[in-house]
Amino acid sequence: MKFRSNWKWAVAALVMVAAVAGTGCKKKSADPIPASGAVADWQKTSETRVFAAKDLWQYIDGDAEQYISAGVVATSTSDYKYKGELEATVDVYTMGNAAGARKILESGQSSDAKAVQLGDAGVAYAQSVIFRKGPYLVRIVAYESEPDAQQALLALAHGVEAKL
Amino acid sequence: MESRRDFLKTAATGALVLGAQSKLGLAAGLDKHAQTGKSKVVIARDASLHGTGAQPDEKRVLDLLDRAIAAYTGRDHPVEAWKRIVPVDKVIGLKVNGLGGKGISSHLALVLAVCERLQQAGVKPGNIVAWDRNARDLKACGLTISTDPSRVRCYGSDVAGYEEQQEAWGTARIRLSKILTRECGMVIGLPILKDHSEAGVTFAMKNMYGVVDRPQDLHAGGCNPGVADLNCIPVVREKVRFTIGDAMTSVYDGGPGFHPERLWQPNALIVGEDRVAVDHTAWQMIERKRAAAGAPTLEAAGRPPRYIATAADAAHRLGTNDPQRIHLMEV
Repeated sequence: MKFRSNWKWAVAALVMVAAVAGTGCKKKSADPIPASGAVADWQKTSETRVFAAKDLWQYIDGDAEQYISAGVVATSTSDYKYKGELEATVDVYTMGNAAGARKILESGQSSDAKAVQLGDAGVAYAQSVIFRKGPYLVRIVAYESEPDAQQALLALAHGVEAKL
Repeated sequence: MESRRDFLKTAATGALVLGAQSKLGLAAGLDKHAQTGKSKVVIARDASLHGTGAQPDEKRVLDLLDRAIAAYTGRDHPVEAWKRIVPVDKVIGLKVNGLGGKGISSHLALVLAVCERLQQAGVKPGNIVAWDRNARDLKACGLTISTDPSRVRCYGSDVAGYEEQQEAWGTARIRLSKILTRECGMVIGLPILKDHSEAGVTFAMKNMYGVVDRPQDLHAGGCNPGVADLNCIPVVREKVRFTIGDAMTSVYDGGPGFHPERLWQPNALIVGEDRVAVDHTAWQMIERKRAAAGAPTLEAAGRPPRYIATAADAAHRLGTNDPQRIHLMEV
């Protein structure tokens, strides 16, 4: 009898855990992409597209495997323009945990990476910014090299960070 | 003066029907190479291709293409050269690669240049189809969707669909794009040279992952033997006859996505019929750049493009990866 009672408590606890986890998932899957104009001079130029891990190949076939092996859960992406000219793309990878985000960030760095104060850790290049915050790995790339591109990207990155 | 874009938009249907053509324009070229016993690969370069901008200069791209094709065919006149490459009475597919997104996709300038020369050689505008997986990939190449049969067409397999019938060769179990199976009489590959996190290098043969419904199923083992097996499927082997590889911009590490910090401008086209020889040549180009940049070899990085040797083996016989059997011309 005692075993049966414990079993019921275990089921109840599992239901509660699932409910909490479900709430957490909803929070994580909320749009982490800043709205148009939310960051000064940055306009969002496309809808946010979201890819589940199993569909990530549709977005980055060939690159998808490394994210999947690091535990990616979902990916959100959107295009932007800075001052109507500089085009950029924001990718937000929601990993299963912080270790997955760290793995991707650390595996992709090259010697010219410049450390920046973003999230838990971040690096910047002339045309890209990559950072992690908790289970999120954010990658922002510009498609042209312009003198103020890095500063503009960093501003956008702070805007994304604030939404995570 | 009419711009090259205008030319593509307004060229009259079948305006330049030229003289008699062989059913397989490429056959003459193949015979010629058979005489030497070597596969010809041409690398054409123009150090000033990009000037100061991110995009290559359209006129210089056309000139570079002409130089590459002239060297390959031995014909100085572009129209005559192209008549040796394509059957002008068939639908010619141009399989671009826009997977990496804007910034590391087949360049629009190259597509425009090829379309221009095809039409001048006598291919009707509506018999030219620039295509890839979907609208997103085509947009990444700077292309606009068009299914108007009086103009150069451009649409993806998301519009045309995939065959119900599954094709199989070795490990490959795939369904092919109807653009390849039903539309095109011949396909020219216009891949872009990239490092690849799984396969090591992606270029001519790997570009065919964009003609199947589930490319992710072919990535196991560093895409080996997936790439070679896929290229052995008869319709792929037979229709994809020529590569005009876009090595104008490339990523030497971190590919196949766009990584501006690893971007590099080889300012080159790599041209050939032998897809294995073309890929072997492209691989060596990537290795030289990696060495110059202080990056490890692809072997040391744990991702050598083994599929290239597999494609050349006795089971596949798609071409040669033996440098002694590749006639490399650099112009």
